[in-house]
Amino acid sequence: MRVVLADHGAGNVRSVAAAFGRAGATVALSTDPGEVTEAQLVVVAGVGHVRSAARGLGALAGALRTRAERDRPTLGICVGLQLLFDESEEGGSGLGLLRGPVRRLRARLVPHMGWNDLGVVRASPLLGGLDGADVYFAHSYAAEPRDDVATALVEHGSPLVAAVEAGPLAGVQFHPERSGAAGARFLRNTLAWAGGW
Amino acid sequence: MVKKRVIPCLDVAGGRVVKGVRFQQLRDVGDPVELAERYSELGADELVFLDVAATVEGRSPLSLVERAAERLEIPFTVGGGIGGRDDAQTLLRAGADKVAVNRAAVDTPELLTELADEFGSQAVVCAIDARGGEVVTHGGKRPRGLAAAAWACEAVRRGAGELLLTSIDADGTRDGYDLELTAAVAAAVGVPLIASGGAGEAAHLAQAFRAGAAAALVASIVHERPERLPELKQELREAGWSVRS
Repeated sequence: MRVVLADHGAGNVRSVAAAFGRAGATVALSTDPGEVTEAQLVVVAGVGHVRSAARGLGALAGALRTRAERDRPTLGICVGLQLLFDESEEGGSGLGLLRGPVRRLRARLVPHMGWNDLGVVRASPLLGGLDGADVYFAHSYAAEPRDDVATALVEHGSPLVAAVEAGPLAGVQFHPERSGAAGARFLRNTLAWAGGW
Repeated sequence: MVKKRVIPCLDVAGGRVVKGVRFQQLRDVGDPVELAERYSELGADELVFLDVAATVEGRSPLSLVERAAERLEIPFTVGGGIGGRDDAQTLLRAGADKVAVNRAAVDTPELLTELADEFGSQAVVCAIDARGGEVVTHGGKRPRGLAAAAWACEAVRRGAGELLLTSIDADGTRDGYDLELTAAVAAAVGVPLIASGGAGEAAHLAQAFRAGAAAALVASIVHERPERLPELKQELREAGWSVRS
């Protein structure tokens, strides 16, 4: 499958591209709205802030909205997941494709950094075989969905949303590209899921 | 609950690993990415490449960072000799998950804020070398008149999302981490702390975790015999610590 990474200057784009390559996909980075609208699977990566990521997306924001309207699959990773939501406490505004804010974590240690076990709360083809798996997190903010879109939670002071899925939109707060064998499995699941749309 | 991390540290110079790492089955024992992959297979939770930037001198550290970013399935930090914003940005844009900034942050604490604003604080590690509880730089030679815990608090306030705390006193001794220092700094901040310097056995890592460290850096203890890494993690697990299997 050909995967298009929406290129908005995020630091981890190269790692995400390589990981999808290992999972068997052909990967292209793109800043072209037409290409992002049409691709079989689009991935929005990102680290750090929703604010800078949203700014970086620019013209691709419209393309991502059009994809959602046309039922074409999109995966957000880390800040890419947060970008699917409405607004962020740090001031940035997301795509608003899913309802709910993005808030700063209120745990003893922030960022939530390291390997933590994924608790699947709703069956999802993307998370097949991953209930209880250790995956890598590195974030200071998390989405708080208003609707029932969470498919996995992770415990860090309180339960945080670790994965979401709503129709053709999916997102993970962890980093599959840095989550060893579990991450690789997630990426293969994602390619199979995207092929079904 | 987030697992305690065990992090091998590789010293790199001129694109090669310089401290004796004794992997027998590797073709090229000096290639940092190849070594890193082997540590990853053995269960390393993360990796630190040190002195990559310090030893550039005409050679680009980028090929190393780019190759590591493409090939590794675990996160990695690049540190040592990062002179300022340009170095850090270049390394992060090349795919390093985090940069560890040491002297440049002591000299210009605003650097931490600038990097956190652009890349997020999860990408910004403040490396602190301490001797007798005081911050030192220049390989431990220059005391900076700052208490380690006070500097740690300031670094976090300015944007560091993690601390890599090395006790110069304990480094290389294999007698255990500096627990007093680790506990003092861990209690003072609300970000994860990586204890560094002095690891000789699993009990030392456990002591550092008990003192409040979220992660423990290991060097010679695993370089000498890399298969020691999974053993260490198993011993920690048997002692009741939650570590990734």
